[in-house]
Amino acid sequence: MAASSSPAAAWAFAAATCVKLLLIPTYWSTDFDVHRYWLALTHALPARQWYTDQSSQWTLDYPPFFAYFSRLLSLPAPLVDPNLVSVPVPESPPFAHLLYLRLTVAFSDLVLLGSVLLLARDARRRQRAFLALSLVLWSPALLAVDHIHFQYNGFLMGLLLLSLYFLEQGWDLAGGVVFASLLCSKHLFLVAAPVYFMYLFRHYCCGRGVIKGLGRLVLMGSGVAAVFAAAFAPFVYYGQVKQLFDRLFPFGRGLCHAYWAPNFWVFYIMLDKVLAFLLRRLGFNVAIPEASFTGGLVSNSSLFAVLPKVTPITTFLLVILAMTPCLFKAFSNPQPKYIIRWVSYACTCGFIFGWHVHEKASLHFTIPLALISMDNLNDARHYFLLCIVSCYSLFPLLFENQEYLIKVMLLLTYAALMWVGFTSHFAANSDQEGKRINRSGSTVQNGLIGSIGLSYLLGIAAIELWSQVFHQRVFGDRLPFLPLIMVSFYCGIGMMYSWMWQLVYIVRHT
Amino acid sequence: MAKPKKSRTSAPDPPKAAARLPWQPPAPPVPTALLISLAALLVRVLVSVGPYSGQGAAPKFGDYEAQRHWMELTLHLPPSDWYRNTSDNDLAYWGLDYPPLSAYQSLLHGRIINASLPEAVALRSSRGYESPESKLLMRWTVLSSDLLVFFPAALWFVWAYMRGGIGITVEERREGWMWLLAMVLISPCLVLIDHGHFQYNCISLGLALGAIAGVLSRNELAAAALFTLAINHKQMSLYFAPAFFSHLLGKCLKRKYPIVEVMKLAFVVLGTFAIVWWPFLHSYEAALQVVSRLAPFERGIYEDYVANFWCSTSVIVKWKRLFAIKPLKIMSLSATILAFLPSFVQQVKSPSNLGFLYSLMNSSFSFYLFSYQVHEKSILLPLLPASLLALKEHQMYGWFVYFALFSMYPLICRDQLLLQYIAVLALFFLIYYSPGGRHGKRLNISCRAKVVLSLPFLCSLLLHVTYLQLEPPKRYPYLFDALIMFVSFSQFVILTLYTNYKQWMLDTHSRSVGMKKDL
Repeated sequence: MAASSSPAAAWAFAAATCVKLLLIPTYWSTDFDVHRYWLALTHALPARQWYTDQSSQWTLDYPPFFAYFSRLLSLPAPLVDPNLVSVPVPESPPFAHLLYLRLTVAFSDLVLLGSVLLLARDARRRQRAFLALSLVLWSPALLAVDHIHFQYNGFLMGLLLLSLYFLEQGWDLAGGVVFASLLCSKHLFLVAAPVYFMYLFRHYCCGRGVIKGLGRLVLMGSGVAAVFAAAFAPFVYYGQVKQLFDRLFPFGRGLCHAYWAPNFWVFYIMLDKVLAFLLRRLGFNVAIPEASFTGGLVSNSSLFAVLPKVTPITTFLLVILAMTPCLFKAFSNPQPKYIIRWVSYACTCGFIFGWHVHEKASLHFTIPLALISMDNLNDARHYFLLCIVSCYSLFPLLFENQEYLIKVMLLLTYAALMWVGFTSHFAANSDQEGKRINRSGSTVQNGLIGSIGLSYLLGIAAIELWSQVFHQRVFGDRLPFLPLIMVSFYCGIGMMYSWMWQLVYIVRHT
Repeated sequence: MAKPKKSRTSAPDPPKAAARLPWQPPAPPVPTALLISLAALLVRVLVSVGPYSGQGAAPKFGDYEAQRHWMELTLHLPPSDWYRNTSDNDLAYWGLDYPPLSAYQSLLHGRIINASLPEAVALRSSRGYESPESKLLMRWTVLSSDLLVFFPAALWFVWAYMRGGIGITVEERREGWMWLLAMVLISPCLVLIDHGHFQYNCISLGLALGAIAGVLSRNELAAAALFTLAINHKQMSLYFAPAFFSHLLGKCLKRKYPIVEVMKLAFVVLGTFAIVWWPFLHSYEAALQVVSRLAPFERGIYEDYVANFWCSTSVIVKWKRLFAIKPLKIMSLSATILAFLPSFVQQVKSPSNLGFLYSLMNSSFSFYLFSYQVHEKSILLPLLPASLLALKEHQMYGWFVYFALFSMYPLICRDQLLLQYIAVLALFFLIYYSPGGRHGKRLNISCRAKVVLSLPFLCSLLLHVTYLQLEPPKRYPYLFDALIMFVSFSQFVILTLYTNYKQWMLDTHSRSVGMKKDL
């Protein structure tokens, strides 16, 4: 048997590509129109107009590297159809356009594959288990968001994993530069920057004497600055700094997205509702905010009846506060083997407490966590739960009937894969360690998910059953957002658990 | 709950543990089977997103409309009118031409669809009804039939096969079952025809597969009943009949009271037939009416370009012009019988489980190649036993699947399922060559043989592209269809000669090896 899991990972990627091909005719969201427009925009117009063109409502709001990436993907497009890259884009795209764009997503996933192949060796130069790699490549959340909903997260996650690979191997400068270019592709990853900064500062610059440390600091600083200059310098030259900033950081958008991401703020809003209700019952005069959160569209944040208003600064401070233990650990004992865990935790904090978080942002930590999910049984347990929760919280993204079975089957297949893989992996390891041979794997099975976890996961099935079957029967067309709120709330519990689990693990074991 | 101790992070033998696939032992068998089934179902769900045959192609549409029309008929008409030309049932427009079990299945599915989308199956007004919802509902009826019939049958078969340990080593017995299950479940032709093109082959093939599993696990009576049901769902299942008949006969003859055993089987078969045909048994005419619908001899000895003997040789001998229907019938019948006779005799003489599987393939191939009115989709029937033999005949199966798919390529292109074709074909071969599999026992074939073997493969690759890209010459508008047919036909002939040879060699082989294993 081959001693390396790299060929197997390439095989897993090829299999995933077949699934991606089959997903081409499925539903696409407005994000498809967004990227279609960006492709045409970056191809047809000079860079000077990228951030000013308003011929479509889907204005470019990603940093410049992503625009360059779009431009790169648009290069072969005229061979397929010149209309593909003409501004304004056609209203309803023909199948060829869909095919082309879907294939660019599948193609850009090669970045992910490359990083995963590199990550086949972990920080201690040992082989990562094949399953850990295939969990990344077969992630149902990634398939759903990239290949049905339509985004390029595979490429972005590929960059993140690449920088994590460099850090794990001790090539800090490369890791920092790659992370900087990731930031210049999608600035949402800024949330991981404090951990990167702390880790790189301590691991790369400190402990080697003042002169050498300073030299390294300058080196790293100039590397990162060069990346940022490459991204932003043209737009500074055009005098579009303000314009760019407004596009990248639209704080006017409100605390929560139309569909609430399952994070801390769900509980905050719910608490506010409950308190307002109770206080009114007790006779207090509580003003009901005009626009309700349940209305689906949230434009600004002054919507709380009782609890204090939440501002972007509050969320920012909360994120930093939640991250502090991890930053402290990264400062006091910077070790490459923990970097994936720390970065994932930072992204988790951003997801739990951040401003205007999309449910899709849970990808940013579930994907890296997949890589370390086989390190020990506790990680496997945590990942098993987290991944199901995060994938389920994405279900409302694909709301059409045609994709219903697809999303359910993707999740179920993945859950079965994790179940089989984790069980057999830890059973095999306990065999090898000469423990009592565990023929049925029963202790591992019991251990993979306890009764609380199991009942929590069954609760997901119950929620799904309710929203699909009984909600309509009981309420008819009233309260159309109740199932969504239930999904957010219920998944929020799992997400909070995951956050706390990661926090405890980092405090205790790193 | 036993909380296992925190396992050490350092695995003692990392390279081996890393390269181990998650589904290899000691993976628990039941969840692994579940995982494979879920993956197979996922592929079907994904294929079902694609277009179906005759989508938007008024006025005749395609097989999708045929199935929908049968639901409409069976739902609104009494059984006596199902197979008769009446004012509500125009037999020229997709008249029901499958046996009663198919009609019952249509009725059941028609009821389900009627409950949520009545206009899709309304009498007469629903002709050519197409909407995203109705497509989804129709697709789900196929998916659920597949899940309820074919999947359990496949699981039962793999269980019976492994318990019987048929022609495999101990190692294969321990690890091979997952690969075999995957091969049976992710059969690309079946997936594309049922969930892309739109048919319910999964039911008849699933019933036949259940019958095969019954034979392997020595439940002959259950097997007889299941196979009768398979015949009653699609008459094409008769392709397997010689194999079942000869094997069961041969087994009965070896027993103490052969007559009693045969009587028991006959009773089960006739009883099952009687139950299925009950509504049509009240008069001779009614039954005859159904039978005449099932055997459409007037449609000619072949249609389109099917890679069988009659169609392929028609380039040289114009069968349709030279002979009337009657002599053609006799010729095709005798050719078919001659073709399956060797395998038939072998099974009567020395019935064995492995020989039975070969015999299934040989008899279904003989029908595909020589019988009257064969469709290109009938290649699914020889493919089923070939997939069951996948562990034993690894190379042959891969080769066969490729050319079976290739023989349906024009159909796939007509249905605009090219994307699905590519994806499913690639996925199949990825699983076929899954890493860590020890199934690729290299055949020791000489260089010259390799060249000879790769020639048809290269031809097929070339034809794949030319069929799409090049306009055929005006004089021969079906030139490429015919070429595809020739290449496939040549491969099928070689395959069936090979499997016939293998079946006959089983006797000599088992004699020389000794009977130790069969104890």
